[in-house]
Order: sequence, then structure tokens, then C-alpha cells
Amino acid sequence: MLKVQGHPNRLGVRGWAVGGRWGLERYLYTLHRLTGVGLILYLLLHILVTSSRAFGQAAWEAAMGRVSGPVFHAGEYLVFAAFAFHAMNGIRLVLVELGFGVGKPIEPVYPYKTSVDFQRSLAVGSLVLAGVLLVLGTLDFFVLD
Amino acid sequence: MSDAKQILYRVRRYDPARDGAPRWQDFTIPRTPGMTVLDGLWTIKQTLDATLAWRASCRMGVCGSCGMLVNGRPRLACNTQVSELGADVVALAPLPNFDIIRDLVPDLAPAFDAHQALMPFIVREDVQERENPTGEFGQSAEELEHYLQFSYCIKCGCCMAACPTYATDPSYSGPMPLAQAHRYNADTRDEGFRNRKETLAGERGPWRCHFAGECSRVCPKGVDPAKAIQLMKRELVLDYLRLRRAHASAPVAPKPKDGKRRPDVPDAPARTV
Ligand code: SF4
Ligand code: SF4
Ligand code: FES
Repeated sequence: MLKVQGHPNRLGVRGWAVGGRWGLERYLYTLHRLTGVGLILYLLLHILVTSSRAFGQAAWEAAMGRVSGPVFHAGEYLVFAAFAFHAMNGIRLVLVELGFGVGKPIEPVYPYKTSVDFQRSLAVGSLVLAGVLLVLGTLDFFVLD
Repeated sequence: MSDAKQILYRVRRYDPARDGAPRWQDFTIPRTPGMTVLDGLWTIKQTLDATLAWRASCRMGVCGSCGMLVNGRPRLACNTQVSELGADVVALAPLPNFDIIRDLVPDLAPAFDAHQALMPFIVREDVQERENPTGEFGQSAEELEHYLQFSYCIKCGCCMAACPTYATDPSYSGPMPLAQAHRYNADTRDEGFRNRKETLAGERGPWRCHFAGECSRVCPKGVDPAKAIQLMKRELVLDYLRLRRAHASAPVAPKPKDGKRRPDVPDAPARTV
């Protein structure tokens, strides 16, 4: 095969935001990745803090003291928001990636109706559910406390 | 949309012999009714700059050569009218996620390599019948529906340029090759699922796709690669759980019994391979 040395033009992380038609599902894709990374970072922090228990009560209380300020409370709220989205969107992705809701192969007749259109109600539904979870979480965090 | 007599083409240029990096160049050309983006490129080449390079052949959305970024979206230049863009500027750049060979010409070879690695052809275990066919493999109209939509792909690469996963992960096969893998997996004449599975189960396979759906939105042929990929994932999961019911392989269809060759139709030429 002919090998040519071209100029690199891969979009990289920019491709998560540009390069296509700015559909809702692309934003969900990007948000799913960002919230996923956020949740992993939280999990590491969580393991770090709770593991201090192994070093006795004083170490545990010191560690808990360090993560109890308003900044961490706000951080926890963000973690909850990330969880609400990641969980609900994740359920949609499991369904869609198992081929549910994307429709059967069809004869493409213009204007094309794609699998993205077929599963749109699932996407909206998962966002609504995430919103409901978030409202409940907000009440729990800031009102009922 | 304006009804101006002129239109501004802003074209991404890159000449490996001269330019260190791609640059933009502006051309103002006459705007004519029914003019496609590709028509404008020809006008520039004929009247303003003969060195401008791009790929095109059929100029009717069939060959898949003229995929490029048109005002930020991957589209076919020949299949896009300037008027439908609703803009006074036509900004053209080579399809991203591929190296630029020159101007608007991307190096699609990695996509074709990934395509080839997934065996985009009918695989049969019966090598004898495959190499020396005694007839056609029979297939019902309903079985055809399982893959027909995906077989309309013209390998233009627009979906690869739009895919956010392919943008960050060169090892991912991408929507075009994966949709074609499913096109053959879903074909009742094919027996290659096991062979393709080797690649599909790994990091080049469909598991890097998380249904951003951009591939299906930009596809100029309505192929809907995202659909093919999700349907293929279901097959792979079912196979992993040992619940997949492989389709029965299409047998060689019986020859029509009382058909007669018309005397004015010549015999097929002898085989050359
Ligand atoms: S699936 Fe569509 S966009 Fe992708 S290469 Fe084929 S025709 Fe082009
Ligand atoms: S649906 Fe999958 S293959 Fe298509 S653009 Fe999205 S991530 Fe890429
Ligand atoms: S020139 Fe063939 S698809 Fe555009």
C-alpha cells in the first residue's frame, strides 16, 4: 500500500465538542465521560479518607475533619449530581448499546430517520429521571438538612 | 440566505512542499443557481488557482471521494448545494481525524485498513463452493432487509470525521468499518462472524462507541452506522452469553429447471481468476 506522510489532523478531545452536527447525544456522550472521570476521582478520595480508619480513631476523625467544610459539602453535591446523570444516562446507554430502541434496519429514504431519532425519547426520559433525582438530592442536601 | 451574485470560499490549504502548517485562503467566485460546493471548487481551479487539490469523481454522491468539512460539518461536496448552507461563506477543510495529504485531500488509508481487517466480504467455510461456485446463494427479501441499509455505505469517511471516539482514539476501528462488519455478519450468506469476532471483541471493536450518534447524523447515504454498531453489540453480548442463534447459512439456490437461454445472449466469458 502507498504510504504518505500527511499533516496530522486528529481532533483529539476537541472532537468531543466539534466535528459533527452538535446533536444532543454528543453532549450526553461528553457529559457521561466527564461525570465518569469525576466519579472515579471521588471514589479514590473516598477510599483514601475511609482507609484512615485503619490507623485508629484519631486518624479517622482528623481525616473526616479535613473533608467536612462547605467546599467539600458543595463538592459532595456535585458528586451527587454527577451520579444522578451518569446513572440515568448509563441505563439508557445499556439499553441502546444492547440494540433496544434504535430501530430495525430500514430503507433509507430522505430525509433520513436514524437510530438517534428512534432512541430520542429514551434520551429525554433519562434526562427527566436524572432531573427528578437531582431535585430530591437538592432537597436532601440543602433543605431537609 | 442572501441572493448576492458572489460567494466567498474560504479554503484550508496545505502544500507539504511549502507549508509548515495548514492555512486559510479566500476566493470570491460567481454564485450560480443550483451550484454545489463541488462546482465552486471547479470554478476556483479553472479561473483562480490551478494548484487547489481535492478528490472527486462521480459528482453524484456515489463514489465517496469528495467528503470534506463544509462549514464545520462533514458532508459530500457534490451532494451539498451552496444555497442549502444558508451562509455567505463556504468554509472548506479536509475531513478531520485523518492526516492531510494536501489541501482538501485526507489520507483515508487507516479507515480502509480497519475496514479490510474486518473482512468486508462473504466468508464461507465451504472453500470449494466459494472458490468454484456452482450457483448463487439463495436469500429471501426479508433476509436482505437485515443488512441492505448498511450496504449503501460509499466509504466517504464523513462518519469517521464526526465520531468523537475516533477523534481521541486512533486504535478504534470507527463507524465505517464497524458498520460494514455488521453488514456482513447480518448477511445470511456469510459465515464469518467467528473470524470477525477476534477483532470486534478487542479495543478496535464496537465497545469504544458510546452512541454519540454523530456518525449517523452526518452520513450522506442514510446508512446509520450507529444502529449497525449497537445491533452488532447485541449479537456479541448474546454470543458471549451463548444465547446467540446464528443464522442458518444460505444454501446454493437450485438452478431454474426449465429456463432457456435466449439465442441472442452470448455465453459468459471464461474465468480469468
Ligand atoms: S457510513 Fe455513511 S458517512 Fe460513513 S463512510 Fe459510509 S456512507 Fe460515508
Ligand atoms: S455512535 Fe459510536 S461510532 Fe458513531 S459517532 Fe458515536 S461513538 Fe462514534
Ligand atoms: S464526487 Fe463522488 S461522492 Fe462526491
